[in-house]
Order: sequence, then C-alpha cells, then structure tokens
Amino acid sequence: MNALLSVQGLGKRFGGFVALDAIELDILPGERVGLIGPNGSGKSTLVNCLSGTLRNETGSVQFDGRQMNGLPAHRRTRLGFARSFQLPRPFNSLTVAENLRIPIEYTVNARDGARVPAAEIAGRCAQLLAMVGLAEKRDKLPRDLTQIEMRKLELARAMASEPKLLIADEAMAGLSHAEVDDILALLLRMNADGVTIVMIEHIMRAVMQFSQRLVVLVAGRKIADGTPEDTVRNPEVVRAYLGE
Amino acid sequence: MRALPFLLIAILVAAATFGTARLIGNSYVFFAGYVVLQYIVLATAWNILGGYTGYVNFGTAAFLALGAYSSVVIHKLMPMPIPVLIVVGGLVSGIVGLGMGYLTLRLRGSFFSIATLALSVVVQTLIINWDFVGGSRGAYIVRPRTTPLLGMDYVQYLFLVMLTLAVIAVFTARCIERSRLGYGFAAIRDDEAAAEASGVPTLRLKLLATTLSGAFMGMAGAPLPYYVTYIDPSSGFSLAYAVNAIAMPLIGGTASWLGPVIGAVLLGTLQQVTTVTISSALNLLIVGVVLVAFVIVAPNGLIGLVRGTGRGMRR
Repeated sequence: MNALLSVQGLGKRFGGFVALDAIELDILPGERVGLIGPNGSGKSTLVNCLSGTLRNETGSVQFDGRQMNGLPAHRRTRLGFARSFQLPRPFNSLTVAENLRIPIEYTVNARDGARVPAAEIAGRCAQLLAMVGLAEKRDKLPRDLTQIEMRKLELARAMASEPKLLIADEAMAGLSHAEVDDILALLLRMNADGVTIVMIEHIMRAVMQFSQRLVVLVAGRKIADGTPEDTVRNPEVVRAYLGE
Repeated sequence: MRALPFLLIAILVAAATFGTARLIGNSYVFFAGYVVLQYIVLATAWNILGGYTGYVNFGTAAFLALGAYSSVVIHKLMPMPIPVLIVVGGLVSGIVGLGMGYLTLRLRGSFFSIATLALSVVVQTLIINWDFVGGSRGAYIVRPRTTPLLGMDYVQYLFLVMLTLAVIAVFTARCIERSRLGYGFAAIRDDEAAAEASGVPTLRLKLLATTLSGAFMGMAGAPLPYYVTYIDPSSGFSLAYAVNAIAMPLIGGTASWLGPVIGAVLLGTLQQVTTVTISSALNLLIVGVVLVAFVIVAPNGLIGLVRGTGRGMRR
C-alpha cells in the first residue's frame, strides 16, 4: 500500500541547534500512529514542519501523492492534512459553532468537489459539535469552556476540515483519567470513520491503548519505529527515558 | 437583515440627513456635516483593517492625503468631476495599500503599526519635495460656486458626494462582516496560525483588507482639496486624521459596521461644536480624554457596552 504521508530526510535547524535530523517516516492510510519522545525532542517542530508553519531546510514531505514542500499551511490543510494545537488556540471572538464554520468555509468549500451549501453550514457545525459532545455550548464563546471542552473544540475544528490525516498534538495533556478516556474514544471513533491519526502524547496509557505503531523521537532523531510492545522494550528508548 | 433592505434603509437615512440639512438652510451645516461624513468613511475604512483583522494602522493621514493630492494633480493637468477624482484617489491609495500590505504584513502587532507610521512620514516627505503639487507651500484650488449638476451650491454638492461615499463604505463594511470574508478576517484577528491551519489564506486576505481600507481612505480624501480650497502637507497629513480614525471605531466598537459610524457621528459632531463654540485647538484634547475614558469604562466601545458582552477586539 502506498503511504499517505511520506517524510524523507527531513531536517530543521534553529541557528546552530539541530532540531530535526534526517527524519524518515511513512504513514499508511487508516493507520493509528503514536509519536512519543522526551520534552524538546522535536515532536512539535516536526508537526510544524509537516503542517507548513515552519520551513524544513532539507528533505521532502509527500502527502497523498503530492509534494508538499513550500506549500503554505492553508494549502496543506486543503489537501487534507489537519492538525490540532498543543495549547488550544480557538478563535476567541467567535462562538463555538462559528469556530467550526471557518474550516468548513475555507477548507471544505475551497476544495474541488462537494461543497457545503450556505444553508447547511450551521447544520454541519451542529453535527460536529454533537460528535464531540459540545452541542449545548454552540453559542458560547471559547473562554466560557472548560479545559477539556477546549480540547474537544480543537479536535472538532480539525475534523471540520474533513481531513485525510489528523495530527493530534498532546490533545490530552493535563486532563483527568476519565477525560483522557473521553478524548481517546473520540480519536478512535474518528479513526474508525477513516481518518488516519498521528497522536503525539506523553500519557503512555493512552498511547499504548491507541497506537498500532509507535515512533520515538529523541534529540531530533528517530530512534525507534515499530509495534508499541516492541518499541517500549527497545533498549535505546528505555535509555532515553530512564537514563543509563 | 438581508443586504438589499439594509442598503435601502441606508439610502433612506442618507436622504433624510440631506433633507434635514437643507431644511435647516444654514450653509455651515453642510460645511461641518461634510467633516463628520468624511470621518464616517475614514473610520469605517480604518475598521476594515483595524477592527476586522486586528491590524492597527497609524497611517490613515497618508492614505487620505494621497487621495487629496491625486485630485490636486488631476486638477492641474485637466480638471475632472469629483466622482472621477474619487475613483482615481481610491485607486492610488488602494495600490499603495496593497504595496504597504505586501511589505509590512509579515510584521505583527505594534511593529506593523510603527511601519504604517513610517509610511506616513515617507509619503509626506515625498509630497513636501514635489514642486508640481506645491511642495511645502501647498496648492490652491479654485472651485466653482455652483455645480452644473442641478445648479447646486458647491459645498452642498460635496456634502452629497461624501454622503453617498459614506453609504457605500458602510454598506461594503457590513457586507464583509456577514460574509465568508468577514469570518476569515475574524479568524486572522484571533489567531493567525490557527486560521492558516483552518485553511484561511491569511496573506491574501490581509492584502485584501489593506487594499480595501486604503482605497476608501483615498476616496474620502479625493474631494478634500475642493472642500478646503487650499491643501498643504501639514494639513493633509494632519495627525488628527490618524488619531480620529482610530479613536472613532474604538469609541463606537470595532466588531461591527455600526461602531465606526456611531463613533464618527459622536466625536465628529463634538469636535465641530467645540471648534465653533470654544476653540479648534481643543479638538485633539477632547479625543484624548474621550479615548482614555472609553478604554477604561467601555473597552469594547458603545456597542459592547450596550450588548453587555465582551465580544470584539481584545488585543
């Protein structure tokens, strides 16, 4: 099967600091991949390079058979590459429902093919909010939401763009046990609906439960890539997390 | 309300304004009213960029003056009717707006604002050193007493032109607000990275906003030389334009089209009244005091105060 996302030799430096060093990564359609690594290992930099927020200096990124190098972030979103932010970044002056309107108007309706007619946008927003359990909050402003509701809004907004691949950047950090299960169920349901998902996470319980494959970044290099069970036993991974 | 009924109501309000001014029959009403209307256009234009996308422009005077000086150039070459001058002034300022946007929109927040201020200084210096338009001596424009159009008094005619322009500007702003474009602007104002991640082409939209905003400012400035009959760089680039264009939307509320209109009518009228009754030097002081009061009491403007919600610009 052809990879949905194919990263080859991707490198990024900040001045003299090598943030990412020759990253190779293939992600197959429909896969659930966990991406872990200690703080500062380059996970978020990788997401930013893939999504177009940062420019990688070397290497190439292919998505759905298209070269993505040099494309601005909004073009990548339109190709079906969605990401949620580590710290939720809602549109604060818009209501919860209006937050979802932006990706529908600017991503779904900017693609060739099926447009959402103006009259149906509100319905689509309501549908997405119901999916994440925020139906009653539709007319609230983001600042009236709790932490977990904010995460759900972040995921709903990413899903509103009808992506092929979603990168969930620490969607569960700081949540309670039950809340983590909540988000986990949500991500699994999205995956069952056909969305390929890369989960970046520190909560190992969630990562192990979710991932079919685990990728480990340490100091800007990929040191492991395999089934979750094998990967967490990999001596190099253990050393990175626990020391010698 | 749909767009068409809104436009009809706006035209009715404008017609009523003109009718009332004629009923009063004092030519000073038209003279003072012109300034207030000009500020409605300027404040609305400023708000398209500053209120909707959150980019604070300190260079209003430059765009206004570019429109005014376009008219001076045309007047010297071959006098043309005011509506034509407005189109030309709008084009010139719109193009400069596009250029400014292209050069500066990678700057955010106060850095963008400083760049617009710098643009204002650059344009002023160019005009001061351009002899054809009078340089620092300024340029006189002798306007006819009446216009061929209905034989109307010329100041009344200018008033009517500015009234029409105000209707067009406000109508445009409202259309933007209720459209896909308005949502895109709001997304940019709230969080540019998140806007990009949601598919909003932020650079293109910001360029559209600077162009449109600049164009309306230029249009507002185009009839100015005919109104004052004499224009020099220090009056054309007056700080008052830049300050008022920011203060008026802030006082009214930046989140909707109505805010700049309310702000311009209130502050503009107050300034005209004090100019006549107390002193013209008091104008900027009044703006300052009112602005400080509003920032403290009603940070989201009068509209925010009335609605009682905190929606709007929070930067």
